[in-house]
Order: sequence, then structure tokens, then C-alpha cells
Amino acid sequence: MLIFEHSRPGRRNYSQFTATDTKIKNIPQNLVRKTPPLLPEVSEMDAVRHYTRLSQKNFSIDTEFYPLGSCTMKYNPRACNSLAMLPQFLLRHPLAPEDTGQGYLACMYELQEILKDVTGMTSVSLTPMAGAQGELIGVSMIRAYHESRGDHARTEIIVPDAAHGTNPATAVMCGYKVIEISTDKEGDVDMDALKAAVGPQTAGLMLTNPSTLGVFEKNITEMSRVVHQAGGLLYYDGANLNAILGKVKPGDMGFDVIHINLHKTFSTPHGGGGPGSAPVGVAKRLLPFIPVPVVAFEKGTYRWLTEKEIPQSIGRFSAHMGNSGVLLRAYIYARLLGAEGMHRVAEFATLNANYLMTELSKAGFEIAYPTRRASHEFIITLKDLKEKTGVTAMNVAKRLLDKGYHAPTTYFPLLVPECLLIEPAETESKETLDAFVVSMKEILVEAHKQPEIVKGAPHTTSVRRLDEVKAARELDLAWKQ
Amino acid sequence: MPFIPHTEEDVAAMLASIGTNTIEDLFDEIPPALKSGTLKQVAPGLNEMETSRLMLERAETDGRYLSFIGAGAYEHHIPAAVWQITTRGEFYSSYTPYQAEASQGTLQVLYEYQTMMASLTGMDVSNASMYDGASALAEAVLMAVRSHKSSRRVLMPSTIHPIYRKVVNTIVKNQSIEIIEVPYCAEYGHMLVESLAPYAGQDIAALVIPQPNFFGVLEQVDVLTDWAHKNNALAVGVVNPLALAMLTPPGEWGSNGADVAVGEGQPLGIPLSSGGPYFGFMACKQELVRQMPGRIIGRTTDLNGKPGFVLTLQAREQHIRRSKATSNICTNQGLMVTAATIYMALLGPEGLRRIAEKSHTNTLLLVEKLETLKGVKRTFSGPFFHEAAVSLPTSADNVLQALKTQKILAGLDLKEYYPEIGNTILVCATETKIPADLIKYTECFGRALAKHDTSVLNPT
Repeated sequence: MLIFEHSRPGRRNYSQFTATDTKIKNIPQNLVRKTPPLLPEVSEMDAVRHYTRLSQKNFSIDTEFYPLGSCTMKYNPRACNSLAMLPQFLLRHPLAPEDTGQGYLACMYELQEILKDVTGMTSVSLTPMAGAQGELIGVSMIRAYHESRGDHARTEIIVPDAAHGTNPATAVMCGYKVIEISTDKEGDVDMDALKAAVGPQTAGLMLTNPSTLGVFEKNITEMSRVVHQAGGLLYYDGANLNAILGKVKPGDMGFDVIHINLHKTFSTPHGGGGPGSAPVGVAKRLLPFIPVPVVAFEKGTYRWLTEKEIPQSIGRFSAHMGNSGVLLRAYIYARLLGAEGMHRVAEFATLNANYLMTELSKAGFEIAYPTRRASHEFIITLKDLKEKTGVTAMNVAKRLLDKGYHAPTTYFPLLVPECLLIEPAETESKETLDAFVVSMKEILVEAHKQPEIVKGAPHTTSVRRLDEVKAARELDLAWKQ
Repeated sequence: MPFIPHTEEDVAAMLASIGTNTIEDLFDEIPPALKSGTLKQVAPGLNEMETSRLMLERAETDGRYLSFIGAGAYEHHIPAAVWQITTRGEFYSSYTPYQAEASQGTLQVLYEYQTMMASLTGMDVSNASMYDGASALAEAVLMAVRSHKSSRRVLMPSTIHPIYRKVVNTIVKNQSIEIIEVPYCAEYGHMLVESLAPYAGQDIAALVIPQPNFFGVLEQVDVLTDWAHKNNALAVGVVNPLALAMLTPPGEWGSNGADVAVGEGQPLGIPLSSGGPYFGFMACKQELVRQMPGRIIGRTTDLNGKPGFVLTLQAREQHIRRSKATSNICTNQGLMVTAATIYMALLGPEGLRRIAEKSHTNTLLLVEKLETLKGVKRTFSGPFFHEAAVSLPTSADNVLQALKTQKILAGLDLKEYYPEIGNTILVCATETKIPADLIKYTECFGRALAKHDTSVLNPT
């Protein structure tokens, strides 16, 4: 039932009503609304009950194991939320003077410093509001760099075929042509393809490392050399930073510009699809172009650096300071972990992934890159299973929902057929991983003995398989009375 | 080890299963030269109690002020239930609803949100939100240019939030789109349709129309929308969603209504929080839906014919279309929209209208009080919603500094954004301000002005 169907005309929620006995003045009649908007009229309890019930129809980290590859679904510490929601932080206006926000600015400055250290970059700007926006900003800086040198011949961005869809979409938004290069059998970028692709037209290469195939690009140093020698720059998509946090710094790998998904590696909430937060880090040569504002600390005072101090900045991408409250959560998480805790993130994320990969392999699942170490995630391919039983990766994913697990990422990366990309994250215990393997084994047995059960999944969720074709053909995007 | 559950026995058993001796062995594919040492700028970890103390001290350093700053982010009362429900783990810690059957809660909230926003703006459809108001406007400009087959020029009034204009320029500049600024009328504080005359008959993709504009002043939306349509341009409304509880919605502007409506969703239950996270909203006419960026939720049925909700029209998006997507955007601001939906449900049409009206009358009252002070007058004669520019007889900075010492943030100094209008501040008094606040503000303001007068007369 929709909230609108609970509505009764004249039902009022008086405790939320502002007293008004004044009539609006000085506004011309043609600018005044004639019919009220279609908002529900429900009691406070109706609303609380309705949205509490809806929440219970979600899978979440707080309720289920959520091994969604490339999304780093780790525990979101509750303290990060409650401390970021202290009233002084919530009530602070974005345009309030700097001297009334020294506590807040101190957190932002220290977060910049922490992120510089863990990434090995020269400077960090916290403004990007999501991974895709971090990419847009990073590639815009690459463009600004080449243009500042009068180098207008660089019109291409190279992207591996395993990359996230945002990479090519971003390059196009920045006015670049996308050159896709292939992956070799081991899961690394094909070096010959890269060497053939670079030239005076290359603006840069966008790369995720470890890649979306769940392996560390072994040739990264050589790749960096090839791209730089051709005059291009290296962009690091930080989607998989959790795998190397405290182990390897993108700056040491030769990257010129990076973004860090705080909603992954720094455990800020995914919130059902946002708000994200993706600070960008730059090497020295991109420093003049960094987006504003940036927080500086001078003579004991924190202050904003804006277009005035950074005149070549590529500019602003959000009205204020990005998703400020998310940045606070990331800062609190960083303080809870400390240096030692950060080193352990990558270690235990990697331990969990390799253990789960080993156990699933022993259980009869085919690993896509069996000769490689898993990073923080790995891929299984169900190509054989599909051929033998007709059960697809999507069927298995849906059946996992019945077993009380969120599904892994399905059909991504696109180059592995019938794949599941599995990322267990460091916060899961061995028991949880073992129980997951048991369920996967059960599904494997079902696929052979009773494939219809798997193909018809899910059976126990609040709705069964939904008709997406109908949704797109008979568009129903808003309820009508 | 914070948030890592492994016992020593677990680690030993797991390594044995994998067939390695140490965790470090799992990193043996990484070239040794790349391995970093310890993190030097990261302090040792704190436990939760220590972290709480640190954050409380930081929060108390900032303290609390009686704030009259608006300028695109507004203080409103937020019912307790909004964030208590929004931060339930099932909403807070779930991912983008790719697995629809496991995400019906989030998906239904988003569908309800789309319904509310479509109705509030008077448009046919809404997407599931964008990053913030500024980037939503940038996406609307891109969308208008995509829909308009021939033109890449967009008319942008200078009464649009100055920071939004910066963001739009930053985002669209690499796509050879021309943004043409339209001046405002110094007397009324809004755009005059006459100032559009030079562009009549030219090939223009869109006219952007704010309501209210950055000065709080109401634009003549009917004639502007009709001008746009007459000149074969889209009308893009930039609106305060709360204001729409009492103001004519974009869908009813002029003869045919605006084509796209965007804006900052923060007034709908989102805390100020130093600027974010907020959410942008975007709604449009049905015929433009396939040009709209961002997530869109549709209602459908399951195998048994039961109603349910899915992400739809995904063929527009980057994870399917890659380099041919309508935008690289791949999230919305899901959690903020959850809060906004609960906020709107708790307030209903009457509650929302009352907040809008109270904010309007409070600001009007404050401006009238300030005008009793010598030399203070409203800058523009046009009608305003809940924010107004006020001209001062002395340096705005001096007055703002003086009130700050009284724990009052008196408004925004406009000289940085509009150097031509002199000593002027932008003030806003929402429903959160009680009569005593307005009196205190006016008294402190009067004293600050008097003090400055004396110092002018008797320079020391």
C-alpha cells in the first residue's frame, strides 16, 4: 500500500503545524498556488508505521551479508552517524563565517591530510559528491592540464574493457573520445594493446587497480611509464581502494589524479543509493587545477581556499563543500581506525576474499581467474552451469535472496560470461562466509536436481520476480488519484 | 582491531584453507617496490568513547548561532521521526536497489517521492533525485541542449544563485555549450522580459527561470515561460520546493507550463550541515522523460501479479550505455530523499503550506522592522517569498561582525557576488524564528548601526 492510500482528507498532524493566523501579503494572485499538491494527509503514527514497514522490505548490511562486488559493503559504524549528527554540526549554515566553524573545518582539514597520506598524493579536495563526479572532476583536471600547456592535440582517453561504465561516460562528458583496450587471459590489461593505443593524441588512461576483475595489475609500473612517455596522464578510479588501503599508495604507482569512494573504503553509508562522496587527490603537476573549496590551516586558523587563491582551479562542482556530513562520517571512521586499523582493512578484506574464493572453488564453482590471488573480490563464472542446467547467474543471485543473502554483483564485468563478482569485505566473520558457502552448495545441488526452484527465485521476498519489460513499456512513474 | 571480527584461530584456519602461511603472502602479486610503509599522517586509533569526546569538543568549538542566512540553504524544523526512521539500518546501510526484490522498501519510497515531487512542481514525472540543486541545474542545461536539436545556447538570468552559475559553467564548459547571462532590473530585483528582446527569434535551447530568485524576489514566471515557448526554447524552472506549497508550480507557468523543473531539495527535512549532503530534484514533462538523467523508478507487477517497483528506463544510463549514456551519474541521494519523503508525509499539504506562509510573513515582518531603522531599506521593490535584500547606510561587514559577537548571523553580505549593489545583505527568517528573535535581531542591528554612526562622526 502506498502512503497516499492511507490518506484521509482533513486528517491533520497538528504537532507539526506552525501556527499561522497571517494571510500572505504582497504576492500577486497569479503567483499563488490554486490547488494544493498531492501530499498524503496521515497521522504521525501512520507515517512512522508505513515507513518502518517499508524499511523492513530492504536487505541491508545491518540485516544481511551483502557480498556485492565492487561496492565494498562493510559495516557502517553507528558512532560515525551519531557523532556527525551532533546538533552544532547539523545546524551550521554552509555560508556561515569561517570563524564560527573552526571545529568543523579542523575535521575537514585533518581528513584531507589523512587521505593524502593513504593515497600518496600531493593534495586532496573533498568536494566531489559521488564516484562518478570524482571521475568527472579528475578527467576535467587532465583536460585543464593539457590545455594550460597549449597541447590541444590530446583528444582521447584510454579505458580498459573491464572498466566501470562511468569511466567511458565520464570521458565523453569531458569532451573526449574513448579508446577501449582489451584484457589478457590472466586478467591484466593487454600491454600490447596499450602500447598500440597511446600516442600524441592520448590525454590519459583511466584505471581501477585492483581491477574490476579482482586482480592487481602486475604491470602497473610499466603501464605508467608507457602512458607518461606518450605525454598522457594516469587516472586512478578508487572504487577498489579497500583492497590496498595501507598497503600500496596510488601515488607510488604513478597515478596523477585519483578519486576515493568514501562510501566504500571509509565506510560511509550507501543509503539506498547515495549520498556518496569521492574526494580527489592530485600529484604536484595537477595542483593548480584542483577544484575549490579546499581547507587550509594557517597561523592557527582554518580557512577556505577559493578561486581567489587557486585561480587556475577547474572550478566548483557543488554549491558548497560537497557532501559535508558524509565527509564528517569518514573522518570519524578514520579516527576510530587509526593507522594500524587502516593497514588491517586491506589485509582482512583480502583474507576474506581469498578464503571465500578457495572454499567456493572446493565446493565446485569455477573461478574466472584461478591462477591469480584474489584482491578484495573475485569472480566466479557459471557458464558451465548454464549450459548443463539452464540456470543463469541471475537465477543463482535471486536464489541467494531466499537463503537470506544479498546477491553478489551480476553480469559485471561484461567480459566474463555468467559471472558473479563477490566481495565479502573485512567486517564479516568466518562463520558468515562458511554459511554462505553452504548456501551456494545447496543452490548448486538444486540447479541440477530441481532447476525450476532456482529459475523461479526469489520465493520468500516481499515480491517475486518483477516484470521489468512491463515497467519500461507501460511507464508508471507517479501515483495518480 | 576495529570492526574486524577474526580470532587468531579463524585466521589460522583460513590461511590453512588457502594454503598460505601469512596474510602478507596474499599480497605476493604486488611488486615489492610499490609496498608502502606505515602511514605517518594518520594518528593511532581512538576508541568510541575517545572519539565521541573529540567530536563533542569540535562541535562545541563551533557553538550555536541564531542564524538569518538563507541564500539557497534554509533552516527549518525537522520532525524527530524523519531522521529516526531514515537512519534505520535497513535504509541507511543498503545499496542502490539493483536487486529489486531485496530493495522494495527503498524503491517504494522513491516512487512515493517521485509522486510527491511531480505534484509539488506540477510536472508529469520526477526522477529519483540528483546530487544537489546546483548540479541538478547543470544537468537540466545539458538535458535541454540534448532535447533541442539545433541550439547549444542557454539564457541564464543573473538572479540565479551565483554559485549555481559557477557550477553550471564548470560542468558544461567542456561540451561547447554557451551560457548567456541575462541582467536583472535594479529596481524590482527580477528579470524583465524586455531584457530578453535581443534574443527573440534567435536559436536558443532554453531559458532558465528561478522562482523565487537568489534575492528572494518572485519572477514574472508566466510571461517568461511564454517568451521561451514563443521562441522555441525550453523553459527550465529553478524552484524552492517548500515555496511551491504556496506559489504557482512550474507546471502551471504561462500558457503551457515550464518543461523542466529543478532545484535544491534541502528545505524538505534535510539539515544544513555545512552544505551537504542535500539532494537536487528534477521533474519534467512526459515527452522529455527519456532525456532525463538519473535514476527513475517505475511501478510494475511480479510473477503473481502483485504490484512492485523497479529501476526503469535504464537504457539511458552509464552501466548499460557506457560512453553513450545521458550522463555519467550513477547514484541519486537516496537517503536524503528518504528523509524528504517522510518529511512531506508528516507535514502533508496543509503543514507544508503553513511553513511556507510563516516563513514568508516572518521575513516580511523582519524587513518591516529593519526599515524602521534609519537608512535601512529593502533593496528591491518586487514581491519576495522568504528572503530579501536589505540595503544599509554603512558597511555591511561591520554590521555582520557586530551581530556575530551577539551570537547572531545576520545575513549574507552580497558584495562578493554582486559588487554593483553596494552595502546590501540578504536576510531570511523562516518559521523557526519566534517574535523575540526578530526583536533581538532588530535591536542588535540598530545598536550596530548607531555605533558605526558615532565612529563616523568622531573618528579617533
